[in-house]
Amino acid sequence: MSNILEIKNLVVSYGGIEAVKGISMEVPQGQIVTLIGANGAGKSTTLKSISGIVRPKEASILFDGEEMVGKSPDYIVSKGITLVPEGRRVFPNLTVMENLKIGAYLRKDNLKDDLEYVFRLFPRLKEREWQMAGTLSGGEQQMLAVGRALMSKPKLIMMDEPSLGLAPLVVKDIFRIIQTINEEGITVLLIEQNANMALKIAHKAYVIETGKITMEGTGLELLENEEIKEAYLGKSKK
Amino acid sequence: MNTTTFLQYCLAGISIGGIYAMIAIGYTMVYGILRLINFAHGDIFMMAAYFMIFAMVDFALPWYVSLALVAIATVLLGVFIEKIAYKPLRSAPRMSIMISAIGVSYLLQNLATYLFSALPKGYPQIPFLMTNINLGGISTSVVTFITPILTIIFVVLLMQLINHTKIGMAMRAVSKDFETSQLMGIKINRIISITFVIGCFLAAVGSVLYFTPRPSVYPMAGSLPGLKCFIAAVFGGIGSIPGAVLGGFLIGLCETFIKAAGYSEFSDVFTFLILIVMLLFKPTGLFGEKIAEKV
Repeated sequence: MSNILEIKNLVVSYGGIEAVKGISMEVPQGQIVTLIGANGAGKSTTLKSISGIVRPKEASILFDGEEMVGKSPDYIVSKGITLVPEGRRVFPNLTVMENLKIGAYLRKDNLKDDLEYVFRLFPRLKEREWQMAGTLSGGEQQMLAVGRALMSKPKLIMMDEPSLGLAPLVVKDIFRIIQTINEEGITVLLIEQNANMALKIAHKAYVIETGKITMEGTGLELLENEEIKEAYLGKSKK
Repeated sequence: MNTTTFLQYCLAGISIGGIYAMIAIGYTMVYGILRLINFAHGDIFMMAAYFMIFAMVDFALPWYVSLALVAIATVLLGVFIEKIAYKPLRSAPRMSIMISAIGVSYLLQNLATYLFSALPKGYPQIPFLMTNINLGGISTSVVTFITPILTIIFVVLLMQLINHTKIGMAMRAVSKDFETSQLMGIKINRIISITFVIGCFLAAVGSVLYFTPRPSVYPMAGSLPGLKCFIAAVFGGIGSIPGAVLGGFLIGLCETFIKAAGYSEFSDVFTFLILIVMLLFKPTGLFGEKIAEKV
């Protein structure tokens, strides 16, 4: 299976402090890959570097074989990488419909089919089409953020903590949607603090600690791992 | 005061108010996107007046060619200022970029003094604009009459652009969230440039309408009108275009009636008084958004 995304030795520093200290990871085409780790481990920074929002100090990020480091965020989006940012970040002053349309900002073709696809995935958004996004509930905003990302017709969708601050039932919904999206052929790179849920659906998983990858394996392998159980799943080794 | 004189003052007030509104839009739009009070805006308005003198007096071009050139030169000046003085400070603290704006303001005033001398220069007349017309007993000039009409046309066009086009949607998005806008593939620098293009174009139009009935231009001529328009923008709620327009018209009307009542020397005092009262009782202005910083 070929890798859609290959990161080699990613180093990012903010004002002299290295937040990410040489991460290497591979995302195989068509899979769900998750990156788990504590607050401040460098997960979000990794995703932002892939999107081109943060400039890495050094790295090679190959997407479909093409170097993405140094490219502008709009170029990276146009190549098929999209990021659902942490905290949803829908545009509160735009309607639900406009938020979806702005997700397709770089596209010049007809959006009708894709809008229908997103509305099929999230019927709630259809009901609220003309509402300002700022008036939606947290769960609806997360759906909108995912829908907005899908509107760019991505090959790789990255999600930064999609379950953050949502009710357990809604979290279940979101994870179900992630699997649906993946089954339709979109590769998913998922960051989660909810390690339990993330590992259950992931084909492949990485653990990141203070800027370094400390463990990798399939989702199930890590789910069974004693250290992981203790550190991230809240189960003690008796 | 009989009805005719009253209406005459109303028209004069709405007319000057329309000019204030056009300039206030420049302040409010730039603030909306960059959270920057562009103190140089009034001086860009002054430079537009000098461009007009260049075109019509020095190069003796016909007025319609001059108008087009003034609009283009003013827009280029505004975009150039943004690229040189504001863009490098994009991630700097807000105070730095504001100080940079004050610097640009003084730079333009002194540059104008150096290049054109501090002596007032005669502003060229566009004959048909100064023609007197009579509207049911109200005698006025064409320029006074068409200013509010032009203002309303431009405001309607601008609102259409912002609310119903892709660029407008991108502008609204960028004004809320730079980073997420970039994630959508929006080139924020391009959107910021477009904002400056619109603001400076309106300042150029406002400049022609403002200086046409006035005899001369001098390097400080943009300073006070600029401040008043800034106050108009704050009054209406900075960041809101309808607010800036309403603020502009209100300040224009009040100022005219104070002058009509024989207190000319207090008209500017009044404008600043409005600012203070507004800031005391409703700091966000008439239509301003509540500033609720989310954690």
